Amino acid sequence: MRRRINWGVEVIPASFEYLRADSVDVAIAALTEHGDEAKLLAGGHSLLPLMKLRLAAPSVLVDVGRLDDLRYINDAGDHIAIGALTRHRDLEISTLLASAAPLLSHAAGHVGDPQVRHRGTLGGSLAHADPASDLPAVILAMGGTLVATGPNGSREIAASEFFTGFLESALAPDELLTEIRIPKLDAQGWSFQKFNRRAQDWAIVGVATVRANGSTGVALVNMGSTPLLATAVMDAVKSGATAADAAALANEGTEAQSDINASSEYREHLARVLVRRSLEESGLA
Amino acid sequence: MQITVTVNGVERSGDVEPRTLLVHFLRDELGLTGTNIGCDTSSCGACTIHVEGQSAKSCTMLAAQADGLSVTTIEGLADGDTLHPMQRCFQENHGLQCGYCTPGMVMAAVSLLDENPNPSETDVRIGLEGNLCRCTGYHNIVKSVLACAAESTGASK
Ligand SMILES: Cc1cc2nc3c(=O)[nH]c(=O)nc-3n(C[C@H](O)[C@H](O)[C@H](O)COP(=O)(O)OP(=O)(O)OC[C@H]3O[C@@H](n4cnc5c(N)ncnc54)[C@H](O)[C@@H]3O)c2cc1C
Ligand code: FES
Ligand code: FES
Repeated sequence: MRRRINWGVEVIPASFEYLRADSVDVAIAALTEHGDEAKLLAGGHSLLPLMKLRLAAPSVLVDVGRLDDLRYINDAGDHIAIGALTRHRDLEISTLLASAAPLLSHAAGHVGDPQVRHRGTLGGSLAHADPASDLPAVILAMGGTLVATGPNGSREIAASEFFTGFLESALAPDELLTEIRIPKLDAQGWSFQKFNRRAQDWAIVGVATVRANGSTGVALVNMGSTPLLATAVMDAVKSGATAADAAALANEGTEAQSDINASSEYREHLARVLVRRSLEESGLA
Repeated sequence: MQITVTVNGVERSGDVEPRTLLVHFLRDELGLTGTNIGCDTSSCGACTIHVEGQSAKSCTMLAAQADGLSVTTIEGLADGDTLHPMQRCFQENHGLQCGYCTPGMVMAAVSLLDENPNPSETDVRIGLEGNLCRCTGYHNIVKSVLACAAESTGASK
C-alpha cells in the first residue's frame, strides 16, 4: 500500500462500526440493540457530509442502502406507494409519477445534481427532516403519509405530523421509514418554485403547490426549523382569495432564519413572491 | 473489514476501515489517482466515478458501500491507447485547461449522455451542475460534450 501524503487536514469520518442490513428486520434489530449510538445509512448524501465534517459521529452505521425490496413506486389503488429506498433519480424518471404525481417527479429532478440524485433516497430525505430540503415540502403539500416500521410492526404518520423540529422527525430511534404514500390526486394544477443563486444548491426559499379535489396544498422550503405547510395561504385560497391576496399571507406562521444567503426579511419577501408565482402557475387566478 | 469491488472490470479486494471513503480506497489502496479530490463538501465533482454505470461522487460514499458493486474510474474509459470518444472530444475541443476537474467532468459527461444521448446545450449545462471548473468558464467543456453527443448520435443513425 502506498503511503498517503497529508497535504492538509484529512476530512474523513470518525471511526464507527459498519453493519450492512440485508432485511428490514435485521436493520430494526441493529437499531434496537445499539439505540442512540446507531444511525441508518441510506444514500449517505446527507449523513456522510455531516460525518466528514464531524458534525455527526455515530458509533454504529447500519447500511440499509441494499434493501432493494424498499425500492419501488407502485400504483396501490387510491394512492401511490413509494419504497423509502427509492432514489431521487428513480422518482425523476418514473412514468407512473409523471402522470399521477408530476410535482414529485419534477421536484426530484431539481434535487442537488445528477450524482446526488443517483444515490440519495426519498426516505433519507424525509427522515433527515432538513427544512431546506425539497422533497419534504412536496410530500407535505401533497398530503402524504409515511409508514414507519419498528420492533412492534408498522404505523402510519401523516406528513403534517412527521416533522417535529430542526432535523427531527416523529420516527422513534428503533424505527425505519419504510414507505411513503401519496394520495392519487386528480390534480388541476401544481407548481414547484426553487429559488437559489448557485447551481446544485439547496433552495434559499422554495414552494411546492398542488391544487386538487377542490383544495390547495402549499408547503414552504427553508422558512423555519421544519418544512412547513402555508396554512394561512391554504385557508385564504379555500375561502376564495385571489393568488395575490393569498400569497400576501405566505410568511404567516413562519420563522425564517437569517444566514449567509439571505436575511429573514428577504426570505419572507421571497416566500410571498414565490407563493404567488406558484399559485398562479398552478392555475389560480 | 474485507471488501471486493469490481474496478474497471477487474475484481479488487482490500482490507479497509469502515470509515474509508471510496475515493481514498481508489487512490491510496489501488493507486488509481486519476480520480481527484477537490473539496470537503461534496460540491465539486472532481471525484466523480461510475457506480453500476451511474455517475457518483466517490468522496461521498464509503468504500464499504461499494463492496460487491462495479465501479468505473477515468482509468477505465480508454480502450488501450484509444481514448474514449468523450476523452477525445475534450482533447479536440480544448475542454480543459489545468485539467484538475477533467476526470470528474468526463465521467459525469459520459453518464449524462447515457441518460440523454441527444442533449441541448442547456441540458448539458444543467447535467454538469455537480461539477465545478475553476479555469475554463465551462464553454469548451459544454462544446466537447455536445460534439461527442453529435458524433455518437450521428454514428448510430
Ligand atoms: C452536493 C449536495 C447537494 C444537495 N442538494 C440538495 C437539494 O438541492 N435539495 C435537497 O432536498 N437535498 C439536497 N441534497 C441532499 C440529498 O437529497 C440527500 O440525498 C437526502 O437529503 C438524504 O437522503 P440519503 O438517502 O442520502 O440519506 P442519508 O444521508 O443516508 O441519511 C440521512 C438521514 O436519514 C436517516 N435515514 C435514512 N434513511 C432512513 C430510513 N429509511 N428510515 C429512517 N431513517 C433514515 C439517516 O439515519 C440519516 O440520519 C444534497 C446533497 C448533496 C451532497
Ligand atoms: S471531492 Fe468535491 S465532490 Fe467529491
Ligand atoms: S480545467 Fe482547471 S479546474 Fe477545470
